[in-house]
Amino acid sequence: MPLLKLALRNLFGAGLRTGLNVFVLSVSFVIIIGCQGLYKGMSEQMLRAVTASYYGGGQYWHTGYDPFDTLTLDDAHGRLPDALQEMAGAGLAVPALKRQATLYTQNRVINITLNGIKTDQTIIDIPTVKLRGGGRAIPAIIGDAMAKSAGLKKGGTAVLRWRDARGTYDADEIEIVETLNTNVNAIDQGQVWIPLDRLQKMTNLHGEATLVITAVDSARPRLDPSAEKDWQFKDQYFLTADERSMMTAQYIEGGVLYAVFLFLAMLGIFDTQILAIYHRIKEMGTMLALGITKANLIWIFTLEGTLYAVLAAVLAFIYGTPLLIWFARVGFALGDSYAQLGLTLGSVLYPIYTPSIVLGTAAFIIALTALISYLPCRRIAKLTPTDALRGKIV
Amino acid sequence: MKKIILLLSLLTFWLSAESAENILRKIDANRLSDGKIAVMTMTIRGRRGDRTISARVWQRNSKDSFTEYLSPAREKGTKMLKLGDQLWTYSPDTDRTILISGHLLRQSVLGSDMSYEDMLEDPYLLNTYTASLIGEEILRERPVWALDLTAKTADTAYARRKLWVDKERYIALKEELYAQSGRLLKLLEVSAVMQVNKRWLAKTMTYKDALKDGDGTLVNIESLEFNDQLPEHLFSKAALRK
Repeated sequence: MPLLKLALRNLFGAGLRTGLNVFVLSVSFVIIIGCQGLYKGMSEQMLRAVTASYYGGGQYWHTGYDPFDTLTLDDAHGRLPDALQEMAGAGLAVPALKRQATLYTQNRVINITLNGIKTDQTIIDIPTVKLRGGGRAIPAIIGDAMAKSAGLKKGGTAVLRWRDARGTYDADEIEIVETLNTNVNAIDQGQVWIPLDRLQKMTNLHGEATLVITAVDSARPRLDPSAEKDWQFKDQYFLTADERSMMTAQYIEGGVLYAVFLFLAMLGIFDTQILAIYHRIKEMGTMLALGITKANLIWIFTLEGTLYAVLAAVLAFIYGTPLLIWFARVGFALGDSYAQLGLTLGSVLYPIYTPSIVLGTAAFIIALTALISYLPCRRIAKLTPTDALRGKIV
Repeated sequence: MKKIILLLSLLTFWLSAESAENILRKIDANRLSDGKIAVMTMTIRGRRGDRTISARVWQRNSKDSFTEYLSPAREKGTKMLKLGDQLWTYSPDTDRTILISGHLLRQSVLGSDMSYEDMLEDPYLLNTYTASLIGEEILRERPVWALDLTAKTADTAYARRKLWVDKERYIALKEELYAQSGRLLKLLEVSAVMQVNKRWLAKTMTYKDALKDGDGTLVNIESLEFNDQLPEHLFSKAALRK
């Protein structure tokens, strides 16, 4: 306790130098916690959006389905096993049929994936109820990015050409009954959503589907062995692998930013410690002559350095708390460039601060400061009281 | 009397069906051969002007073909190999051979109105379609039969075709390809013909994707010779890199 008092007295005695160090370190605290909250918010937002819009509580894929291989898409379909049909009947799952097709719009030819989905489903966020009824044209929903790239808008029409299950061409007009305001690329770019029964009829694939999207938290039904061979369950963890790896990449990018901020702050503390040791060499000699042990002396100086981080944490708490709460409310507006990057984010990113982020960041910075403070203090161990009193340092 | 009229109508119908089939057989015999070499140009009419591509094509058994693009400089050296229902392209810029399959088949060939999958259709009309004679007309001052072709099996790419066939030369001067719903998908019009080895063949034709606006792609056969002895090595993937 006397050592702590002494360290604090020395710290406050340094005046402006301490103030500047503490302030710079507190800015690092706030920025790092702010950025971590932003990444956490980004991750949560992305996973929430893809789950609500497409992945649901997991999906059953027909064994031939590979979302990264469009070449196999036309062969990836099959009849739903009884258990999945029951699930769909109870509103706990929705089957979707995927086929390749060509869209003719504004004298352009666009290769698309045609998605058939039940119009009465409520499992994913696509307003499929709007696909009901309509005129002679096939009612279709597209995402806003798809609408932009195809030059289509609500009420617009285009010609769709597809091949049925046996390979015969067919073509008909589609009418865009709704454009989705979505950030989920999997349901937007190159995707056209039409009623499932209509697509099944168009392609002669009655009662067949490519995948089945289950409701969040729904229990997995028991499939018989033959059905299990044809339909494989992909859980949320598997389905969100791309989003998670994207977030990991973002975290790594963010880590570089933290490293820069921390480096600057630590450089300040390191310099301060070095200066303190050189300037206060006679003080050290006096203390050693009066009987303080070298270990205690190292402890005082290390404590002084570490206390910068503690004071910075207190200062950051004082001005950072209202600032970060305000930031969490207004969010961080993303430009169009983010949408073009293919990140499943909204126009505004809302940070999320968890106790682990705040306490973890504080603990990490304090520990790092303690280490940086200790390094220059090792010289003290080589001091002899007589040399120190004469102002000599080894 | 009624029975005689009915019999005569049935006989006329049977004769016309027979005759339509014969017409198809003669069209197939006229245009298809065991081997031929052609130099052709393809003019792609776009919004930013026309683009002409020339190519030399070796065709064997009506199912295999090897195409080498000769001009313009950007396309020169690009090669395409079709063996049955498989298609590869080779680009000298990337020095890579790509198997055209899946969605790539629906891409247009060098920006033309022709897609890669159009090239994979069975060329034998008689194998694929049941023909019926629906009329006789004059088309570009030539007397023609109008034929309505219905696919024999459900796995035919175009469920229906209409052909206008020159009565003397057994060459289709106009062809319309329809979707199952009856929507016109492709249109082929021959504007000039040529005679090679006593066969009448299309010299200049326009191939148009009817779902797109525009004037279609103009194909002109500069030269054509029949040759049943085309070298075997030409129809291999190794030939693409040579």
